[in-house]
Amino acid sequence: MKLISFCFFLSLLTLGCGEKKEKEDEGFKIERKSSQSETKKSTVESTGVKASERIDLTNKGVGPITLVNLGDEINSEMAAQGEAVYNQMCLACHRIGKKFIGPAPNGILERRTPEWVMNMILVPEKMVKEDPLAKELLIEFNGSPMANQGLTEEQARAVLEYFRTLK
Amino acid sequence: MKRFTLQIGIALSGMVLLFSGCNQGGNAANGALSSSAAEKVYVAPGEQDEFYAFLSGGYSGNLTVYGLPSGRMFKEIPVFSQFPTSGYGYSEETKPLLITSHGFIPWDDLHHPDISQTNGELDGRWIFVNGNNTPRIARVSLSTFETEEIIEIPNSAGNHSSSFITENTEYVVAGTRFSVPVPQRDMPINEYKGNFKGALTFINVDPEHGHMDIKFQVIMPGFNYDLSHPGRGKSHGWFFFSTYNTEEASTLQEVNASQNDKDFIAAINWKKIEEYVNNGGGTEMPANYAHNVYDESTHMARSTMKKKVLTVDPTKVPGAVFLLPTPKSPHGCDVDPSGQYIIGAGKLSADITVHSFDNMLAAIEAEKYDGYAYGIPILNFEEVLAGVVKSGGLGPLHTEFDGKGNAYTTFFISSEVVKWQLETWQVVDRKPTFYSVGHLMIPGGNSRKPFGKYVVAMNKITKDRYLPTGPEMEHSAQIYDISGEKMELLYDFPTHGEPHYAAGCPADLLRQNSKKIYRLDENNHPYSIKSPVDARVEREGKDVHIYMSTIRSHFTPDNIEGIKVGDRVYFHVTNHEQDFDVPHGFAAIGANTSEILVMPGQTKTIVWEPKQVGVWPFYCTDFCSALHQEMQGYVRVSPTNSSIELSWSVGE
Repeated sequence: MKLISFCFFLSLLTLGCGEKKEKEDEGFKIERKSSQSETKKSTVESTGVKASERIDLTNKGVGPITLVNLGDEINSEMAAQGEAVYNQMCLACHRIGKKFIGPAPNGILERRTPEWVMNMILVPEKMVKEDPLAKELLIEFNGSPMANQGLTEEQARAVLEYFRTLK
Repeated sequence: MKRFTLQIGIALSGMVLLFSGCNQGGNAANGALSSSAAEKVYVAPGEQDEFYAFLSGGYSGNLTVYGLPSGRMFKEIPVFSQFPTSGYGYSEETKPLLITSHGFIPWDDLHHPDISQTNGELDGRWIFVNGNNTPRIARVSLSTFETEEIIEIPNSAGNHSSSFITENTEYVVAGTRFSVPVPQRDMPINEYKGNFKGALTFINVDPEHGHMDIKFQVIMPGFNYDLSHPGRGKSHGWFFFSTYNTEEASTLQEVNASQNDKDFIAAINWKKIEEYVNNGGGTEMPANYAHNVYDESTHMARSTMKKKVLTVDPTKVPGAVFLLPTPKSPHGCDVDPSGQYIIGAGKLSADITVHSFDNMLAAIEAEKYDGYAYGIPILNFEEVLAGVVKSGGLGPLHTEFDGKGNAYTTFFISSEVVKWQLETWQVVDRKPTFYSVGHLMIPGGNSRKPFGKYVVAMNKITKDRYLPTGPEMEHSAQIYDISGEKMELLYDFPTHGEPHYAAGCPADLLRQNSKKIYRLDENNHPYSIKSPVDARVEREGKDVHIYMSTIRSHFTPDNIEGIKVGDRVYFHVTNHEQDFDVPHGFAAIGANTSEILVMPGQTKTIVWEPKQVGVWPFYCTDFCSALHQEMQGYVRVSPTNSSIELSWSVGE
C-alpha cells in the first residue's frame, strides 16, 4: 500500500515536471538596468519629458493637412467607421490603453493637434524626416518606423474621430 | 644656336604631334560610333527605360522582364517552373497552377511570348507564353506581372508553333511540333506515316477576364508544325503555320526530315472553321487536360480537369485549309504589318520565301492546285509566291518588321541580322551577331503597329562575349539601333535561360497599370485575417491552421505552443502593409519547401511538418525595416502524445 501511494506521489511529481517552468537566467539584469537609463536619457529633451509625453498643441506637423475642424460633439457614426479602419490598419502596432510597437492613441488630442495626428497617419515617412517631434518619437520607439497604410484623408479623419472616444 | 633652334624645332614638332595625337584620341573617344552607342543605351540613375521587353526563358520555364535600351533585367516572372524566390509553385495557393494530366509538373520549356492586341495593336493587358514540353499555354497579367492562368493542350506534343494571338485576341493559338497518335494509343512507332496527327489548337480568350477555353482543334496530317503567326489587316481571319518533316519520319529526322525540297506553310481560315463549329460542326472527343486559374481576389489558384475537346477534320470544311509549298524546312513563319506577305524562312536555305496573301486567294479561287496531301489542297508554288529575298546569308530563321517597309531576318548559320525591303526584296543592310542568332524582336514587331527603334537579337552562343563563368553561361543578346538607314550595334547583355522569342512594348503602355499593392479590404482569401485581433491557431486533427499577420516588424502571433510532432502546420500569412514595395517573407526551420514572399495585402500559405521536438524559430526573409532582424518568432513542438494545449500570443 505504501508503495502504491509512493508511486502515485511520484507520478504526480512527474506530471508536475511536464509543466515546470525553466528558471530564467538573471545574469544580465544589471546591464539591462544601465542600458534602460541610458535610453531614457537620450530620449529626454531638456524639458525632461519624453517625446511621447510632451504636450505640443500648436505644431501641426508636415503634410497635406493644415486645418481640421473638430465638431463640438463626437460624431459617433464617423467614430465607428474610424474604429473599423483602425482595427484593420493600425492595431498591429497601436494597442488601446498600452504601449506596444508604437504608443497607445488614448488621449492623443490632449497632447497633439488634430492636424499633426492626421499628417502622422497620412505621411509618416515625411513626418519622421521633417517634423522634429516625429523624429524624436521614432527614436523613442526603438527606430520602428510607422507604416504608411495608404489611408484616404476621409479614413484618417474617421480614425481621428475614433481617437476622441478613447479616454 | 643653330643646334638650339633645331632642338626647339624638334620640340615644337613633337608638341604638334602630341596635340594632333590628342585630337585624334579625342575623336576616337567622342566619335560617331563608340560615344553615341554608349549614350543611346545609357539610362541615367533614377531614369527609366523607354521600352519593356519580355524575353522567354526557354528551359528556365520562366519569363524575364528587361528594359530597353539599357538591357537591365527587372524581374523574373515564374510561369512553368517552381520559383523559391517568391514561393511560386511551393505555396498552397500556387501549386494548383502546375497541375497537369500527368500530375504536378515543376518545370517546362517556355517559348514565344506574345502581348494581347486590339485591332492589331498591342494593348498591354496580358502576355501569353507556351510550355513546349508538357503542352500548355499560360496567361500572365501585365498589371500584376504574375501568372494568372495555365491551360493544358490535349492531343499535342512539343507545343512549339505557339502562343500567337489573333489581332483582337480572339484566340491564342497552339500548334504541335511533334505529331502523335490522336487519340493516344499503344501502337508501333514505325507506323507513324498516315497514323500520327498534328493538332492545331484554337483557344478562345474571354475579352474581359482573359480566361482561356479551347474552342476547337484542327487535326492535321502528321507533320511537324514549327512556328505560326496570325494574318492581320486584310488577312485577319487566317492563321499560318510552317511545317517540316512532311516526310513523316519517326527516326533520325536530322536526315530523314530534310528529303523533300519543299515543305509547307499551312494556311488555316479560322473564321470559316469557327463558323463551322458554331453551326454544330466538329467531333467531340474524350480528353483529359488541366485548366488552372488564379483568382486575384482570393490570391489562390484552382485546378480543374476538362474531359472533352472539339476536333475538326480539315477535309470536312471546304475552303478552310490549304498548303503553300515552301522550300527547305521552313522555321519562322511571319506576317508583315499589312497582312499581305507571309514570310517562310527555310532554315537550310540561303533565301527567304515570301508568299502573297492576294496571290493565295487568287490561286484558291482558280483552284491552282499541285495536288493534295491527305485531302488538303496543295497550292501551286509559283502562283502564290510574291518574291524571294536573295540574302547571301545562310540559315534564315525569324523575321520582324519596323513598320517602315523593312523586314529584319536572323540568319543562324551565318550569324547575322539582315535588313531587307518588302516588295523590292532587296537586302539593304546586314550586321553580324555574336554568335548564332535565333530569334529577334522589335517592340510591336509582329503587330500592325511596330515601334521600329530598336531590334534585339537573341543569340544561342555566347563564347567570349563576357568574363567566362565555367562551361555553362547565360546566352547573349544584342541591341541594335534601327532608326537610321543602317543598323548600329549598341550593346550586349546576358539573358536568363534560353530566350526563344520575346515581346516588347513602350513603357507607357504598362507603367500606369502596374499594380503597387493588393488592397487588404479586397482580400477574399479564406484564411486571411484583416486585423491582428483575428490572429489565431486552430486544430483540425493533425492539421493546424495558423492565421498570421505581418507588419513592420513583427508577426502576430509570434509565440505558438501546442504543436506536436506529426502535425501538418499551415502558416497562412497575411501581409497587413498597404505601402508600395514592403513585402514580408516567411521561412520556418526544417520546412521541406521554400520561403514565401508575401506582397502588401496578400495572403500566402506554406506547409511545415515538424519532425523533431523542440522550440523552433521562424523569421522574415525580406529586409523590411531597420528592425527586420527582430522579425522572428518561435513554435514550440511537443511530442505526439503531449497534452499541451494550443496557445498563441504576441508581446505577452
